[in-house]
Amino acid sequence: MSNVIRIRKGLDIKLKGEAEKITVSPDNVSTVLVSPLDFHGSTPKLSVNVGDSVKAGSPLFFDKARPSVQFTSPVSGEVIEVNRGEKRKLLSIRILADKQTEYVDFGIADPQALSREEIIERITKSGVWPAIKMRPFDVLANPADSPKCIVVSAFDSAPLAPDLDFVVHGCGNEFQTGLNALAKLAPVVHLNVHAGKTKSDVFLKAKNVQINTFDGPHPSGNVGVQIHHLSPINKGEVVWTMHPQDVVILGRLFTEGRYNATKVIALTGSEIVKRRYVKVISGAPVKNIIDGNTTPNIELRIIGGNVLTGNHLHEEDHIGYYDNHITVIPEGKEPEFFGWLLPGLKKLSINRSFFSWLTPGKQYSLDTSQHGEDRAFVVSGEYEKVFPMKIYPIYLLKSILANDIEQMESLGIYEVAPEDFALCEFVCTSKINSQEIVRNGLDLVMQEMM
Amino acid sequence: MKALHKFLTKNIEPHFSEGGKLNKIWPVYDGLATFLFVPGHATHKGAHVRDAIDLKRTMIMVVFAMIPALLFGMFNVGHQHYLATGETVEFMDKFLYGALKVLPIVVVSYATGLGVEFLFCIIKKHSIHEGFLVSGMLIPLTVPADIPLWMVAVATIFAVVIGKEVFGGTGMNILNVALVARAFLFFAYPTYMSGDMWVAMDNRNGSEIVKEGLVDGYTGATNLAQAADPAFTGTFKNVAGVPYNDSFIDSFIGLIPGSIGETSTLAILLGGLFLIITGIGSWRIMLSIFAGAFAMGTVFNLVGGDNPFMNMPAHYHLVIGGLAFGAVFMATDPVTAAQTNLGKIIYGLGIGIFCVLIRVVNPAYPEGMMLAILFFNVMAPLIDYYVVQGNIKSRVKRLKLASNGTK
Repeated sequence: MSNVIRIRKGLDIKLKGEAEKITVSPDNVSTVLVSPLDFHGSTPKLSVNVGDSVKAGSPLFFDKARPSVQFTSPVSGEVIEVNRGEKRKLLSIRILADKQTEYVDFGIADPQALSREEIIERITKSGVWPAIKMRPFDVLANPADSPKCIVVSAFDSAPLAPDLDFVVHGCGNEFQTGLNALAKLAPVVHLNVHAGKTKSDVFLKAKNVQINTFDGPHPSGNVGVQIHHLSPINKGEVVWTMHPQDVVILGRLFTEGRYNATKVIALTGSEIVKRRYVKVISGAPVKNIIDGNTTPNIELRIIGGNVLTGNHLHEEDHIGYYDNHITVIPEGKEPEFFGWLLPGLKKLSINRSFFSWLTPGKQYSLDTSQHGEDRAFVVSGEYEKVFPMKIYPIYLLKSILANDIEQMESLGIYEVAPEDFALCEFVCTSKINSQEIVRNGLDLVMQEMM
Repeated sequence: MKALHKFLTKNIEPHFSEGGKLNKIWPVYDGLATFLFVPGHATHKGAHVRDAIDLKRTMIMVVFAMIPALLFGMFNVGHQHYLATGETVEFMDKFLYGALKVLPIVVVSYATGLGVEFLFCIIKKHSIHEGFLVSGMLIPLTVPADIPLWMVAVATIFAVVIGKEVFGGTGMNILNVALVARAFLFFAYPTYMSGDMWVAMDNRNGSEIVKEGLVDGYTGATNLAQAADPAFTGTFKNVAGVPYNDSFIDSFIGLIPGSIGETSTLAILLGGLFLIITGIGSWRIMLSIFAGAFAMGTVFNLVGGDNPFMNMPAHYHLVIGGLAFGAVFMATDPVTAAQTNLGKIIYGLGIGIFCVLIRVVNPAYPEGMMLAILFFNVMAPLIDYYVVQGNIKSRVKRLKLASNGTK
């Protein structure tokens, strides 16, 4: 292993509610929901009708711009509902799951013996392809691109994030097979481990990849930050990224020859009673997983993902394609008497104007209160403390707000994704929603380029 | 407190909400209600949890940081007064005398400033922003204790309207609002910002003190004015004309004539330390201003010359006049300062250097700090521009290297 890349700027938000290292499997799901909304920037075209029966791995819809990319069903069963919204926009497809899952057989194969084209064809057909995302733009990858590298982050540094060592435990073979497949797609595959946290041999002894060691607080686990330090993206370059759990699913496509979308997700947060890891199928109902396992009688915020970047979910929603983590925290809608004046022993801030800075090791159970109102940019130098890239975040945000594409390019928009701004958003005194701004900026640039 | 909140939302809010009689002045209600209660807004987009800081907290911390300077200023106003009259009184008497002089200025500054802010919020239909919390305290601390209250009001209105609101309100202004107020006073009523104004007196004729009943050898000159005097010998004298035991230490502690809050470098540094520890004030700006001023003072010492100000030890510059106050409270205003970390250091050094330059070279303006900060407020975006250009250029260079590599 080479030198450790130390990330100095950043922040570990210490929250209560980490998951215990126990995996449970809830009852089989009765219905699953697949939503094209999970895949930002794609235009879905439906390929099934209500009443059709599908197998796990059968196509449900495809991307209009890249017809080879299929989005497939994670279970076998019957399509019972197709939800459309305004202008007949496809919202979701509901499938009534069979008791016993039948899989489309893609055939067992060794990726090392296949050509790049054969591998891509297999991945795009099976429904695993959307798990490969691309930078710039942070959208699903285009099979026609040739990326300069593929980056897999073997640790998640976000608050309460699942321990990926534990998640891939026992899947070493599948993980390695997945990496072998990725190695065929790009000149180099980077597997990034954490100097202190990564202990599993699945990662540390992985072959066919370049292992890089990172150290430091969140966002050191963000692929965007890692790419920035390994090989920053210039205009015109493409990097693909993949989550280790999806690498396992990719591996299964070769070792089992089928699209087996079973994943282990962490159930965390201060309002979950039994915090643990749950084995679920992608698209399973959230209700199934958290029912009876939350603090009763208070209003809750269910988040698909971590508290910084996750989606706001409701009980009737389903686990998204990219979700590896569910966090449940209390809603915070209580007004606070002279809240701006109180000493604030229980309040978390990177700013030492609250006395909580005297107890740095403390774990907090934060609620969803915004702690203040929206304001214009006033304070400077705040984002820079948690933004470990050689980019001026406020200048980039302002160029996006001004729709100045040329300026966005020169300030480095190709190197960032919304998640990289999550901590900026957290620390912002003026409560500016920078992730949304970055998303809009990326969409605008993407639109211009197509 | 729940009862109070309930009362507010049930009995008072409807009058101001849409359809209520007082709907037009909704920002006034909103301003007061959010002052009492941090609103229970939940996050609706992006990160689900947020840092506990908000702009109200930030601003109030800066006001807290000014309290040592304010309290010391109140005491010093009384101290200078009784020194000039030759009376010997207790500590509390000095403090009370000063408080009676200073508090009305604070009240007038806040009342007029907030009044204008509310007016603009009503016209522009947005909620009130907190910027004036700080400006309202800065203005009194930068004026002489005997300034007529109507001047404070006029200057405050000018500063808030021309200095801030015309640009779009808090966060949008180019010049520091409080300094605009001070500059307005400085140029509109020069006699009230110089000469005899620095010592509070009850019997005045305009800006002139009626000199009956003052000690022999009375001089109202500040240390800055003394240093700029061609007859300056290197030791400062107090208002009674008696030389200080140690010119540097006395100036540092602040028992010297001057604007209300600017005299005590010690009290200001306490506030500065508080701002640095809380992470609200920029240490880069504060330190680089002191460094710049000291460096420029040293240069003048080395060059020497006929001007006695040039020969004044460089470290004296740091404790006389408004340098410390400006460095800690004025130049650090994040809206008008440079915003990049490197830019902040350049900005600070520039202010320090220019402050001493103006003081020493231009006898018409013994106080260089105000002009130096205003000048660099204007220059700050340019400094940042070049810093950001550096970042852009490095990206272009990287792209070129990358495209050469693939060829």
